[in-house]
Amino acid sequence: MVDVQFRFRDDETVNDPAVTVDSFSEQSNATAVRIEPGDDARDLLPYLDRLSLVEVSFPAWTDGRGYSSARILREAGYRGEMRAVGDLVIDMLHHLRRCGFDAFAPEKALNEEDAQSAFDRWENVYQATVVDGRPAIWAKRHPA
Amino acid sequence: MYKYDEYDQQMVDTRVAEFRDQVRRRLAGDLTEDQFKPLRLQNGLYLQLHAYMLRVAVPYGTLNSAQMTLLGDIADKYDRGYGHFTTRQNIQYNWIKLEDTPDILAELAKVEMHAIQTSGNCIRNISSDQYAGAAADEIVDPRPYAELLRQWSSFHPEFLVLPRKFKIAVIASETDRAAMRLHDIGIKMVKNDAGEIGARFYAGGGMGRTPMIAPLIREFVPLDQLITFSEACLRVYNRYGRRDNKYKARIKILVHELGRDEYVRQVEEEFAHLLTQPIEPPLAELERIKAHFVDPGFDANASDDLDLTDPDFRLWVERNTHAHKQAGYVIATVSLKPVGGIPGDATADQIRLMAKLAKDYSFDELRVTHAQNIVFPHVRKADLYTVWQALDEAGLSTANLDTVGDIIACPGLDYCSLANARSIPVAQKISERFGSAQRQAEIGELKLKISGCINACGHHHAGHIGILGVDKKGLENYQLLFGGSEGADTSLAKIIGPGFTEDGVVDAIEKATEVYLANKQGEERFLDTYRRIGMDPFKEAIYG
Repeated sequence: MVDVQFRFRDDETVNDPAVTVDSFSEQSNATAVRIEPGDDARDLLPYLDRLSLVEVSFPAWTDGRGYSSARILREAGYRGEMRAVGDLVIDMLHHLRRCGFDAFAPEKALNEEDAQSAFDRWENVYQATVVDGRPAIWAKRHPA
Repeated sequence: MYKYDEYDQQMVDTRVAEFRDQVRRRLAGDLTEDQFKPLRLQNGLYLQLHAYMLRVAVPYGTLNSAQMTLLGDIADKYDRGYGHFTTRQNIQYNWIKLEDTPDILAELAKVEMHAIQTSGNCIRNISSDQYAGAAADEIVDPRPYAELLRQWSSFHPEFLVLPRKFKIAVIASETDRAAMRLHDIGIKMVKNDAGEIGARFYAGGGMGRTPMIAPLIREFVPLDQLITFSEACLRVYNRYGRRDNKYKARIKILVHELGRDEYVRQVEEEFAHLLTQPIEPPLAELERIKAHFVDPGFDANASDDLDLTDPDFRLWVERNTHAHKQAGYVIATVSLKPVGGIPGDATADQIRLMAKLAKDYSFDELRVTHAQNIVFPHVRKADLYTVWQALDEAGLSTANLDTVGDIIACPGLDYCSLANARSIPVAQKISERFGSAQRQAEIGELKLKISGCINACGHHHAGHIGILGVDKKGLENYQLLFGGSEGADTSLAKIIGPGFTEDGVVDAIEKATEVYLANKQGEERFLDTYRRIGMDPFKEAIYG
C-alpha cells in the first residue's frame, strides 16, 4: 500500500483494507472501498453509513473519471476519508481537493514545497462544487 | 464588451503564475516532456514540426482594439511578424520559444486575455456568432451566455481531464454563422411561447474522422438552470465517454453509441440530481454580465446613404458587408484571404491597423470569424469608404467573402505534426486560379474548406466543396467532397471519387464551377444547384 502524503482531516488515518466496488455489497463488515475508473460510484450510495474510507484510483492522472466519482459521493453526503491514489500530479491537487478529496497517496512522493503551493494557489474559484465549501466568485459578487 | 473585475483578473494572473512555475519545473528537469505535455496543452502550447505553437483564446471571437494591438505586438516581439487566426475564432503563433511563453501570457493578462484551455482534453474556448450584437436577425445577444459559460468552464475541477476535447458554441439567430450543430454542445438561444428566453441544447456534433450533426437534446433550458444543465451534460460524458481509443472519445461517439434517447435520459437523470445542488449562479450574475454587452452609442440619425461610385469599393461593399440592426450602420468583414495568400494570416502591421480602424470607426470592437476573417461589427456607412481606403492600402480589401477565394484551411503539413498533406499551397493555388474578382462574383457563394488530414481542422466536411489531404504511398493526395454546409441547413459533404494531385484538384474544382454555371437556375448558389442536380453531372465532367 502506498503512503498517504497529504491529509486534510483531523481524525485518525483509516487503514482498513479496501475492497472492490463489485465485492463491497457482499461484505457486510467492509468499511473501505476502492473505486477504479470504470466503476459506478453510485453503486455505493446504499452503504455510505458504513464507509469510512473511499480510495479512488488514478492509474493515469489524465483519466478524469475519479473526479466525478468523488464529487458524486460527496454530493450524496459521504463524510469519511476520500483518498486519491495512484498517478497524481502536483498541478491537479487543487482540483482534486475541490472535488472532495481530502487525502492523497501518490505512487511517487511529490515535492512537498511545490505541492503546498499548488494546494494554496487559487484564492478564488469560478464554480460552486458544494463539496469543498468554498463560495464561488459569483456568490462573492452577489452576497445574499 | 465584457470587462474583467478584480476576480477575473486575479484568475488570469494566477494562471500565469502557475504556468510560469510549470515551465520552470520543466526547464529544471523536474517535469518530463510526457508529464509536461498535458499541462502545457491546457495552456494552448503545442509542440509542432518546427517550434512551439501558442494558441491565444479570443472568447466568443470578440476583441477590443487594445487587445488586437497587443496581438500584433506579440507577433513582432515573439514570432516572425505575423499571426494566424483560426477556425475557432482564436489566434495562433507558430514560432514560439518555450521560455518566452510565461512572459507572453503575462502581457496578454494585462489586456484581459489568456490561453486558458485553448487545447487539451477540456472545455475549450466558447465560440459564437461573429455578428453577435450587430445582426438584424438575432433574438438576443448570445455573448453574455457564452461569458457565463466561459467562467463556469474555466478551471472546472471536475472537467479538466475529459475523454477528449470539448467545444461549445452559442448562437441566437435563425441564421447559423457558427456551425453550431457541428460542436460537442451547440446552444441556440430561443424564445418560448411565453416569450421567455432560454437555451436549446444540441449535443454530440463534430467534424474530425467521424463527422456528426448534433441531435437536439433539450428544447428549452430556462436561464436559471443553464449551468446546471451544462454540468449534467458534461458529467455524463466525463463518466461514460470512451477512453480506450482517442479516436472514439469525443461525445459524438457516446451519443451515437448510446443513442440520442438514452443519452438524453442519462442527462435528465443527472440534471434532476444536480438541481438539488446549489451550483447555479443567480440570475443577477447573468444581468451583471449582460450590462457589459449593451449597444454602443449609435448615432440614431446616422445617414443610410452610401456613395458607391468607386467600382472597387462597390464590389467590396456588395461582397463583404452585412446588414446591421441599426440604420446607418453596416457590419464589415475584412477578408484575410488575399489572392495567393495564406488563409487567416495577418502581419503585425495589418493586425495593428485593424485595431486602429476598430478604435476609430467600430466602437473599439472587432470579431474573429470561424472562417478566419476579421469583422468590424459597427461601422457607420458615412465612414465606410474611409475604412475601405485604409484597408486597401494595407492589402486588406479583398472582396471575396464566402466566395471560392474565401477558403478555410488548416495549417497542414507546413506546420502541423499531425497532417498528412499540405493545405496552404492548395489554398494558394485555388485562390490564384480564381483570382479575378469578376470570376469570383460570377460564381458567387461557394464555401471551400481544406483539411490536411482526417482530423478535419479545416472543416472539409462542412464545405460546399471540401478538400481532404491524405497520404497515398508517400505522396500527397487530395480527395474532393461536395455538398457540405454548416448553416441552418447543416449537411455533411460526400466524397465524389478518386483523389487528385495538388494541381489535379485545382483543375477538378474549376470543372465543377463550370458545371454549376452551366446548370444554375435563377439565384441558385453552387450548393443549391448541386443539391438539385446531384453528384453525377459533376463526376462526369471531372472524371469523364
